[in-house]
Amino acid sequence: MSVGSSEMQTLPSNPEPDRGRPLWLDILGIATVILVLVDLFGALLWVPREVQMGDVQRIFYFHMPSAWLALGPAFTVVFICGILYLWKKELLYDRIAVASAEIGVVFTTITLVTGPLWAKPIWGAYWTWDPRLTTTLVLWFIYVAYLMVRSSFPEGHRRARLLAVVGIVGWVDVPIVFMSIRWWRTIHPTLVSAQGMDMDPSMQAMLVFSLGVFTMLYVYLMVVRVGQETVASRLGRISQQIHIR
Amino acid sequence: MGFLTRIWAIAWKDILAELRAREMVLSMFLFGFLVILIFNFGIEPGLREMNLVRPGVFWSAFIFAGMLGLNRSFAGEKENDCLQGLLLCPVDRAEIYVGKFLANCVFTIVMGFFVFIFFAALYNVDVLAVGFPLAVIVVLAAVGFSSVGTLFAAVSVGLKARDVLLAILLFPVMVPVILAAAKSSGVVLDGSGLGSAGLWLGLLLVYDVVFFSISVVTFEYVVEE
Amino acid sequence: MTPAPGIDEVSGRIRGTDPAEIEVKGLWKYFGHFPALRGLDLQLGAGRFLTVFGPNGAGKTTLIRVLSTQLIPSEGCVRIGSVDVDTDTTALRRRIGVISHNTFLYSNLSAVENLRFYGRMYGLEDLDTRIGDLLVQVGLKDRQEDLVAAYSRGMQQRLSIARALLHDPDIMFLDEPYTGLDQHASRMLREVLDTLHTGERTLMLTTHNLQQGLEMCDEVAIQVDGRLVYQEEVSRIDQAEFRNTYFECVGKGGGWVS
Repeated sequence: MSVGSSEMQTLPSNPEPDRGRPLWLDILGIATVILVLVDLFGALLWVPREVQMGDVQRIFYFHMPSAWLALGPAFTVVFICGILYLWKKELLYDRIAVASAEIGVVFTTITLVTGPLWAKPIWGAYWTWDPRLTTTLVLWFIYVAYLMVRSSFPEGHRRARLLAVVGIVGWVDVPIVFMSIRWWRTIHPTLVSAQGMDMDPSMQAMLVFSLGVFTMLYVYLMVVRVGQETVASRLGRISQQIHIR
Repeated sequence: MGFLTRIWAIAWKDILAELRAREMVLSMFLFGFLVILIFNFGIEPGLREMNLVRPGVFWSAFIFAGMLGLNRSFAGEKENDCLQGLLLCPVDRAEIYVGKFLANCVFTIVMGFFVFIFFAALYNVDVLAVGFPLAVIVVLAAVGFSSVGTLFAAVSVGLKARDVLLAILLFPVMVPVILAAAKSSGVVLDGSGLGSAGLWLGLLLVYDVVFFSISVVTFEYVVEE
Repeated sequence: MTPAPGIDEVSGRIRGTDPAEIEVKGLWKYFGHFPALRGLDLQLGAGRFLTVFGPNGAGKTTLIRVLSTQLIPSEGCVRIGSVDVDTDTTALRRRIGVISHNTFLYSNLSAVENLRFYGRMYGLEDLDTRIGDLLVQVGLKDRQEDLVAAYSRGMQQRLSIARALLHDPDIMFLDEPYTGLDQHASRMLREVLDTLHTGERTLMLTTHNLQQGLEMCDEVAIQVDGRLVYQEEVSRIDQAEFRNTYFECVGKGGGWVS
């Protein structure tokens, strides 16, 4: 058996000094910010006023991309990463999952705030039990619960396993929730739920552009967040080792 | 069929332990009754729309009371570290899940039965007419509730904020069950047969199958360290 | 998968299988960022009795829990009976028995009900006879219908020993088993260990009681900070000297002492 103190054997050798953030990430960040500003300008000033709903409709260019990102990619990534983690046992998947869950919750919150803001002037009520919006609300709770589970456990494989399972169950539940709410609403259609919007080509283009910008924002935030988690993990391990005699 | 013996042994052990302790079962009933009572004070009695409201009252009580039972199902394993003792046995983790799931189903169904009696008394429900269809709905809902409930109870076991976290995790996932159970029991209480509620019963069935399967497969990941 | 057991005529043991050797290489176990086991190596021949000494926080319980398949290793290789713990863990569990300071007993069930439950989990035949014999062996036969909640700590630990022996394991792990035991139970545990220590089973015990630990074992080891820093045949050491060795190891913290 080797003589010699434990420290020498346990600190990771780190021949490569840290290079900090890569250049392409910074470029992506700046490009994202610029495009978000363009998007704001476009949606609030450039695109023509919608005939039926007026200026309030402009919120749709933020509401719809947020909703799509939340319901679609953000939480699907959580689901897929959960399965990948359980299969491969790589903590990287857990980090990607949490980044996606956090950003997903942000987009979900944006959806839930912009929805009622838009609904009130148009339909006279903040909340219309619209199936998509209601499902989004349930989704919000599911992934807030996911994040709460995350903060209740110390970092490590056990937590990653639990989160993977919660993420899988949550994601499978969402379509079932949507269907059940839709059936519920069609049987008792007491409030208006139709969208009814006239969209001319420039508005459609604006919507697609906004969707693209939000997706880019998602990707950028993901990369930054996953990087943060990776560094935090390394930092945690190193500070733990320094505390051992 | 070794696995059946083991599953039954686990379920029976849970049931027996609970029958001896009696505390949790009693709390479940009392809490269910209380929820119905509180709701009753919040709503005008003799309301014309009472028929629309009463299924919601029952199912809210059912879910809240059911939560108490779920917490119990792993609390007993925490004492004396029994869960470790169980995990040391040459038992497939899925079998442990099914055993615990069965015990939870039994408790939830029994609780549903007693809460329904109380509910029927307060709301003048013709028990003989609606008893059987409602029993079917209660069983289907209990299965769905216990399937995800047992899984999530294992997630939150041992945490200080165990009860709250379990509720936060479980309620959103339960939305389809609550909706389907409330809608179908509303239909039944209003006098139509089970057939008219077919859509909702179908949803409950699909939910049960899907989440039972997922839970059976993922339970081992939750419980291993 | 190993078939369900029947009683072996010759040895009187339920299982016809042999005791297993334990082989551990480079075992790491992390709880979050904290490494409870840090590259631990261990070799124990089949049928041998090893006592592991170590201060609190050395990771003795974690070691037992990993070896008994309660915990998944973070890194490293653990083989029991030439079988890697990861492969066919279920079959391996059939051969392992654990006695810990937690009793693994259900308070609301009687002694018989507890043993019957575990017996069913292990798929044992002729359960009632076996339970009866074991209860006699640990001296609890007359209290067998009482709920475990009514038992004293010593009685609970005795029942826990019966539980661990129920399926006649080839390998037994005892994690600080003397903790909280009264005289009667302590003596009984020693008697049980005596009957187990026949070379037919591999035994591993952890303790920080130097005297109790040295009484019966074949080999001793010292664990400090997640590693074994000393392992030796008990016949080759001077028991008085060992005390000094132990404190030297604990003081050094990490380096191997020969």
